[in-house]
Amino acid sequence: MNAFKDAGHLFRFLGLFVLAFLLFLVLREFVVPKSFGQYGHYRGAAIGEIGSLAVRFAGHQACETCHSDIADTKSKGKHEQVSCEACHGALGAHTEDPVNVVPVKLDTAVLCARCHTASAAKPQGFPQVDPADHYAGVSCETCHNPHNPMTPPDSGTSAAKGGAK
Amino acid sequence: MTVSRRHLLALLPAAAVAWKYVLAGTPEESPNYRMDGHWWGMLIDVTKCIGCGNCVRACQTENNVPDGFFRTWVERYHTTDWHLEAPEVISPDGGKDGFPSVKQGEEGKYFFVPKLCNHCADSPCTQVCPVGATFIAPDGVVLIDPKYCLGCAYCVQACPYGCRYIHPQKKVADKCTLCYHRITKGLTTACCEACPTGARQLADLKDPKDPIHEFLKTHPVQVLKPQMATGAKAFYNGLDGSVR
Repeated sequence: MNAFKDAGHLFRFLGLFVLAFLLFLVLREFVVPKSFGQYGHYRGAAIGEIGSLAVRFAGHQACETCHSDIADTKSKGKHEQVSCEACHGALGAHTEDPVNVVPVKLDTAVLCARCHTASAAKPQGFPQVDPADHYAGVSCETCHNPHNPMTPPDSGTSAAKGGAK
Repeated sequence: MTVSRRHLLALLPAAAVAWKYVLAGTPEESPNYRMDGHWWGMLIDVTKCIGCGNCVRACQTENNVPDGFFRTWVERYHTTDWHLEAPEVISPDGGKDGFPSVKQGEEGKYFFVPKLCNHCADSPCTQVCPVGATFIAPDGVVLIDPKYCLGCAYCVQACPYGCRYIHPQKKVADKCTLCYHRITKGLTTACCEACPTGARQLADLKDPKDPIHEFLKTHPVQVLKPQMATGAKAFYNGLDGSVR
């Protein structure tokens, strides 16, 4: 007496389930990215993709390799901690192609005022002036060397000497 | 080949160490960077922020952040003696072009608070993602996989700090990556690079030589919304109680 005599239809269903499961495994192999689950429940390769985006700000270390004279001037003054690109803007392109990508001349009237315009919201002790009151109409660099603001301007800037040394 | 119990016991720890290296891996383009050697955060010194907006502009330049959206922004708080718990907060265009001036002697207290993704160690945003598109990388940076994100915006709602947005062109969630493409190459973030007063400083909590350790020991440092237990890693020095 065969116990499975009337169970043929169940086995056919079982076969279908097994087939569907195998199909699922095969599909899953193609659909799920290889690096998914490498570090956790996400695509591990995404980390490398985000990490390889283009850098726009070169960083002050890069600037200082060529413009050591400016770094020297800056290190003696109050702007020591201010990195180059805080004022000059992103210049990663300049570090890669120093000849063709030349930084634009900055407008000190806008730039200095951005930080040093007086406001009671700024921390006590931060040097602030009212631009309308503090030698209005006179350009900041007439009296201040932006790289060392408490000293008068000199001709010792890279730009004045026609580029980096 | 037969392995004795003694040998197996000796081999297991070695295998575990090897497996850890396999798991840690290295992101492309930065061969000397080891993800398991870092735990990134940021130190924000509110007492040094002058509200110039340099960080906001630098971030937008570095990361192609669309106009009107912010990965970092600066808020100006105004509290009066009568309304300590209900400060007036403004952030015109994220503080990108500075703030309206305040005259000396005006009533109340004014101060600036830079904000950005807190790169939480127990981040609410990564927990709600239905597809595993946002995650905490092994070095503690919360990232978004733009190829996997559906744009459902669950995470935008989940972030208690309002640090996420749906990118208007890409239609996927977007936020601060802590300049992951920079810090893995040994640079600091664009906002820290552009900050003229040192109010922002990138911090590596796994680096014993990082000045953050000494700073945390000697200063009254707070995180935003500590009651939410997000494990936030943006540490604020001199943070006023009215800041939310």
